[in-house]
Amino acid sequence: MIEVENLHKSFGAVKAVEGVSFVARDGEITGLVGPNGAGKTTTLRMLYTLMKPDEGQIRVDGIDAVAQPLVVRRRLGVLPDARGLYKRLSARENISYFGRLQGLDDATLLARSDSLINALDLHDVVDRRTEGFSQGERVKTAIARALVHDPKNLILDEPTNGLDVMSTRALREFLFHLRSEGRCVLFSSHIMQEVVALCDRVVVIAHGRVVADAPPQTLRERTGAENLEDAFVEIIRRSENTAA
Amino acid sequence: MHPVLTVFWKEVTENLRDRRTIMNALVRAPLLGPLLFLVIFNVQINLLLKNADKPLPVPVVGAANAPNLVTALTQEGMVPEPAPENPVIAVRRQLDKVILVIPHDYAKYWKRGETATVRLVYDSSHRSSAQPVRRLRKMLISYARMTVVQRMLARGLSPNIVLPLIPENRNLATPQSRGALLFSILPYFIVMTTFLGGMYLAIDTTSGERERQSLEPLLSNPVARWSVLAGKLAATAFFALISLALGVIGFSVAGHFMDVRKLNIVLDLGVHFFLFTLLLMFPLVLLLSCLQTLVAAFAKSFREAVTYLSLLMFVLVFPSVLLAFIPVKARLWMYAIPLLGQQLGIMRLLRGHTPGALEIVVCLLGTVLAAAASFVVTMRAYDSERLAVSA
Repeated sequence: MIEVENLHKSFGAVKAVEGVSFVARDGEITGLVGPNGAGKTTTLRMLYTLMKPDEGQIRVDGIDAVAQPLVVRRRLGVLPDARGLYKRLSARENISYFGRLQGLDDATLLARSDSLINALDLHDVVDRRTEGFSQGERVKTAIARALVHDPKNLILDEPTNGLDVMSTRALREFLFHLRSEGRCVLFSSHIMQEVVALCDRVVVIAHGRVVADAPPQTLRERTGAENLEDAFVEIIRRSENTAA
Repeated sequence: MHPVLTVFWKEVTENLRDRRTIMNALVRAPLLGPLLFLVIFNVQINLLLKNADKPLPVPVVGAANAPNLVTALTQEGMVPEPAPENPVIAVRRQLDKVILVIPHDYAKYWKRGETATVRLVYDSSHRSSAQPVRRLRKMLISYARMTVVQRMLARGLSPNIVLPLIPENRNLATPQSRGALLFSILPYFIVMTTFLGGMYLAIDTTSGERERQSLEPLLSNPVARWSVLAGKLAATAFFALISLALGVIGFSVAGHFMDVRKLNIVLDLGVHFFLFTLLLMFPLVLLLSCLQTLVAAFAKSFREAVTYLSLLMFVLVFPSVLLAFIPVKARLWMYAIPLLGQQLGIMRLLRGHTPGALEIVVCLLGTVLAAAASFVVTMRAYDSERLAVSA
């Protein structure tokens, strides 16, 4: 479970995040949605302890992320916006590297990588260097790398970015599978169909603030919009009006 | 496995697969120094030998005015040549390096026993004129001296009257220490080899990683940043060390291709030299790796890092080049200064002495302290949030 309370972060004069609060529960998929520049990536970066918040609290499974970043990182699987695979290492070596940094012993590492390679269907490419991988193969490898230490919580920044229909579907199935295992999955997206298809709960961020936090169905009802995309546009429009 | 080791092995494995790094760290860097050294040295040695023994062709104006003088100079190695019409123009146009002018009244003064004059026309702003002018002047003075002796003997006087004092030379230089003077540029090459050896690793593990956007996922692992940094530094230092070792071996191989005995000097680049050079250089390798990593961490891209590091190399090796040309009397405190200490120590090795235990300890301590300080500074830089964020 990831709990966020009144998060603030500025870069110089630019206020990127201004009081974001939400909860991502275990066994649920939570979507963080918002227009470009809304503060999604900065929020996620604070969650996976790459940045320190200026103000506010983050708790992962009840542990303070600011005070104990290393403990929290063990409980998090992270797929950053930048996938950043090592091109001169094979997919398996990429996965193993992170597994070792997570402190796994050789037997656990082997078992975990094999099960992830199975689940993500990476057999054909696993021993090839990742240079020249397709976008889908890259994302799958990066996800396997993020999950190698069997984390309870998963943070994915725009996971389906650049994937074709087949890969997107496979990834969705995989995320459902993770949810069924009782994990807490938090992902950011700006693609509405994806949010509808995946999320149990949607947190809408605009201008560094949470402007809505509810299941997709509730959002549609509240705005009176036919589909979630219209609901989303309506929510953003209203938040701009109140801000002005 | 400790995370430092994990990071170290990954960086080494990854970079051993990169042809660019292999070429630079393990081929180009260790070869460049010895090859340059060989070329520079052989050019120098040939110049020295060529000028010393070769006949010296000199155009002589008014040779007929002093046939005895010309004959005597010819016996000393001068080859008289027909004079150009205008000596001044010939020298200005660099057609001749030096021209000897014998005035028509030369014989008149000579016969009277008065001081006769001859003129050397040359342009000292051309380096190539120095050697022939010096040789010709030496020939003329020795001819004059011989004439003094002859004239005094003819008058029944002892030539000792005009030689109240003779400086006698007792040169303590050994063939090896004379060699050291000639090879004073060697420490510069050794530092450069080390620098180039680690350079690509320093870039690849910092700004390279950032450019590939892999630093952010890497830092989301439960590993303290100093461990990540230490692993990366260890990999950089490892490559620099290999490059250094290969380079020093290259220098000893190059030494075998230098005909140093022709100059009566000795160059000893054997096992003893190898081991002590490695010992002195070891902390410097760490210091250089830290500095390279620090500088590369601020670069936004691979290219920018290459530019910054080339600049850093110039700043660092410039004092060594200066020291090769400006003589400095070694004092103990100088050994504590990184780069200078190594330079002095290697020079001492080249002169055929082993640096004393005290000098070695001071040198190692001074550089280790500097390396530790730069590690702390680099760690601070690594701890900043901006470093990790790719875009």
